[in-house]
Amino acid sequence: MSAPSAPAVADTFPSLLLKHASERPDAPALREKYLGIWQTWSWAETAAEVRSMASGLAALGFKRGDNLAIIGDNRPRLYMAFAAAQSLGGVAVPMYQDAVAVEMMHVLDDADIRFAIVEDQEQVDKLLEARDARPQIEHIIFEDPRGLRNYNAPGLMSLEALRELGTKFDQTHPGRYEQEVALGNTSDISVMLYTSGTTGKPKGVCQSHEAFVTAARGGVQFDKLTATDNVLSYLPMAWVGDHLFSYAQFLVAGFTVNCPESAETVMTDLREIGPTYYFAPPRVFESLLTSLSIRMEDASSIKQSLYNAFMKVARRCGADILDGRAVTTKDRLLYALGNVFVYGPLKNTLGMSRIRVAYTAGAAIGPDLFRFYRSIGINLKQLYGSTETCAYVCLQPDGEIKFDSVGKAAPGVEVKIAENGEVLVRGAMVLKEYYKRPDATAEAIDDAGYFHTGDAGVFDVDGHLKIIDRAKDVGHLSSGEMFAPNYIENKLKFFSHIKEAVCFGHQRDHVVAFINIDLTAVGNWAERRNIVYSGYIDLAGKDEVYTLIKDCVEKVNAELATEGELSHSQIERFLILHKELDPDDDELTRTRKVRRGFIAEKYAPLMDALYSDKTVQHIETQVKFEDGRTGSIAADVKIADARRLPAVSKAAA
Amino acid sequence: MSGGRKIGDVILKVDNISLRFGGVKALTDISFDVREHEIRAIIGPNGAGKSSMLNVINGVYTPQEGTVTFHGKQRRDMDTHEAAEHGIARTFQNIALFTGMTVLDNIMTGRNLKIKSTFIEQAFWFGRARREEIENRKKVEEIIDFLQLQSVRKTPVARLPYGIKKRVELARALAAEPTMLLLDEPMAGMNVEEKQDMCRFVLDTNDQFGTTIVLIEHDMGVVMDISDRVVVLDYGKKIGDGSPTEVRNNPDVIKAYLGAH
Repeated sequence: MSAPSAPAVADTFPSLLLKHASERPDAPALREKYLGIWQTWSWAETAAEVRSMASGLAALGFKRGDNLAIIGDNRPRLYMAFAAAQSLGGVAVPMYQDAVAVEMMHVLDDADIRFAIVEDQEQVDKLLEARDARPQIEHIIFEDPRGLRNYNAPGLMSLEALRELGTKFDQTHPGRYEQEVALGNTSDISVMLYTSGTTGKPKGVCQSHEAFVTAARGGVQFDKLTATDNVLSYLPMAWVGDHLFSYAQFLVAGFTVNCPESAETVMTDLREIGPTYYFAPPRVFESLLTSLSIRMEDASSIKQSLYNAFMKVARRCGADILDGRAVTTKDRLLYALGNVFVYGPLKNTLGMSRIRVAYTAGAAIGPDLFRFYRSIGINLKQLYGSTETCAYVCLQPDGEIKFDSVGKAAPGVEVKIAENGEVLVRGAMVLKEYYKRPDATAEAIDDAGYFHTGDAGVFDVDGHLKIIDRAKDVGHLSSGEMFAPNYIENKLKFFSHIKEAVCFGHQRDHVVAFINIDLTAVGNWAERRNIVYSGYIDLAGKDEVYTLIKDCVEKVNAELATEGELSHSQIERFLILHKELDPDDDELTRTRKVRRGFIAEKYAPLMDALYSDKTVQHIETQVKFEDGRTGSIAADVKIADARRLPAVSKAAA
Repeated sequence: MSGGRKIGDVILKVDNISLRFGGVKALTDISFDVREHEIRAIIGPNGAGKSSMLNVINGVYTPQEGTVTFHGKQRRDMDTHEAAEHGIARTFQNIALFTGMTVLDNIMTGRNLKIKSTFIEQAFWFGRARREEIENRKKVEEIIDFLQLQSVRKTPVARLPYGIKKRVELARALAAEPTMLLLDEPMAGMNVEEKQDMCRFVLDTNDQFGTTIVLIEHDMGVVMDISDRVVVLDYGKKIGDGSPTEVRNNPDVIKAYLGAH
């Protein structure tokens, strides 16, 4: 075999791979823990394996434009399979490995899958099951032969066998691989990622090499990522975030991707690798903090007091030190001491000692959680993006972190807010099309080339984008200002005493809110104050509880007052509902999202009372018990006013 | 099931075994055989003599009458060491692991028989000791991978849940690379999911390594699903022997099981 030669311009993923293999052949590209030992593939070895895999696929008849399904946990060889398909001008179609066969059917049909490279017996079984009705699935190639020794389905072969086939094919067709790679065009589709399909059937999002290379280059420059960085890839390969971080940026920056031994060993592997660059959804950070708090409570009293004392210091000045703002010398000294005794060991336990940049995205992250990680010196930032935009729209610049914004438009991305408040995005990273869905494509991308994200957002005075709601939920007050109910409800729900909140204000003069108290939290609060109550209805009607909730509402109002247009959405009047909102009564969806329209109708008398001067309203409500019987509860619900603050500009705050 | 597995000749044969503890007759005149590569189950109500039977096979108990023929060699008293050297490994009904040691170290103890280096070599970790340690560790890691114990590799056994401990026991038995594996109630006290996992591991072991398996089990569903042939004991006597279907339809077996209620 000839040594890999680098192409002149590296703008497709296979050419980027060849570039790294010729420039830094011995540098580590991929690592995986196998039999308890980290195994490394250098760039040269990676390129050679991709070459034999691609040649093997070519020998089986894989052509330009064909789709290759890739299913499994994060494994080096499956990442190589992406490059192998792309080398031949094919499209990689990663699929969620935990989906059951029935769920896979739609994607297998939609993407006309003929070839699949999968991890193990589990995935092979699912594909064989699917194949009964889909004879077009010709070739199933598996990485791990365990348990598959006695399978003899036609078209089933091991990755080992595929590579042997490829090596032979390569010898009889010299130069074919280079030709195929050279034929690759930057505007070709490189990968097809399926949307989650919470609204309708999943759609295949076609992304070109150019889109992901642009997104990856932007991110790499923005955070100054280098070839010496390390990431741990443990999020599903079918998710856009993993594809950007563990594949696109990996090939652009040339850093090392580490694959955990198994899904259960991620925490141990994290500590062993000590990644410098890290990406996780908020729930991962949340569960880390929860387990940490529980273990702190079990620690000895000396450790606990040390932890509490230094966490106080961290909360006061940690984030400022990280952002490079002015901090008193005393605080600086205390923080340095805390770093030795608490923050350093803590970060080490979390496997985060070496992290330079950590990102979170995908859901709203609670401010306390966000501040905790930043205060102990972990540069946790938020980003905003979607499958359709290569997970690359907005990034938080170092030193300009706000927990409630997703940062500034990333390099090369044009972001604007439409008339109706929807976030529009234009740039190379926007999807080419939805696979075989011209109708959906036309709906999502307008004539000017803007992609309609479906999210409503505002820019604050510093030019940071704040995502406030789904665009379809955003309404307007009768005075014309924007009203984003979800945004206000989320702010209310960040208080532990408030379980659910429903805000109304569309086409009205002002905003009002229904509140559900959290029975555990408020009950506990009441017990400590010797407030006697018999149950939820009784507790919800207590004057003391109204004072407590009023305080929360007014804090939200104070925050809203600083937020430009949203300052008009301050809550004028609120009430504490006499019953908990319940999916059984159709007030919430099964995923616990409030059904605002239904609630407004059901509690019409309360709504009318909120928009009048009444201070109390009698209501009778039908409820469904768990055994299916219905009953009714009646209560006199009090209505309280909240203080509204005059709008303030950011400069004054 | 495992289609490629070929059941071979008889490798273990017990003839007319009787075992008494003082006046208590634990086993009376038991005879059966085990073929190579098969999964052979011994079932029976509580106190039927199942564990005693297993203890006779690997030499913990010496029967007063009868013989055990293993690999063509007939004997009355199987020595435990000899049993291990001939490739018989076992797990216990009450987990018998070193609770203070890690999973890895526990499984390593299963490699004890394979260590040939001397005490001095081991103390100074040179020559054979070093080479053997690396080889043994590799083998142990393969078993850890096989039984999916990676996430608890360095965890002391005492901290593990029951179902995982059972799996560690199986791992330690497998570390000796046995040709025959005796499992004493491998699924006792497990929940449904743990049982399913364990069944999978037992079948995989049988399939992958061709290990002959003799298992004692209470759960009839498990036994009927995974074993090739079943022996039924009741009050120390054999009341049935054959394929799961045959045994299920045997009137004596039905009586022993249903009559007990």
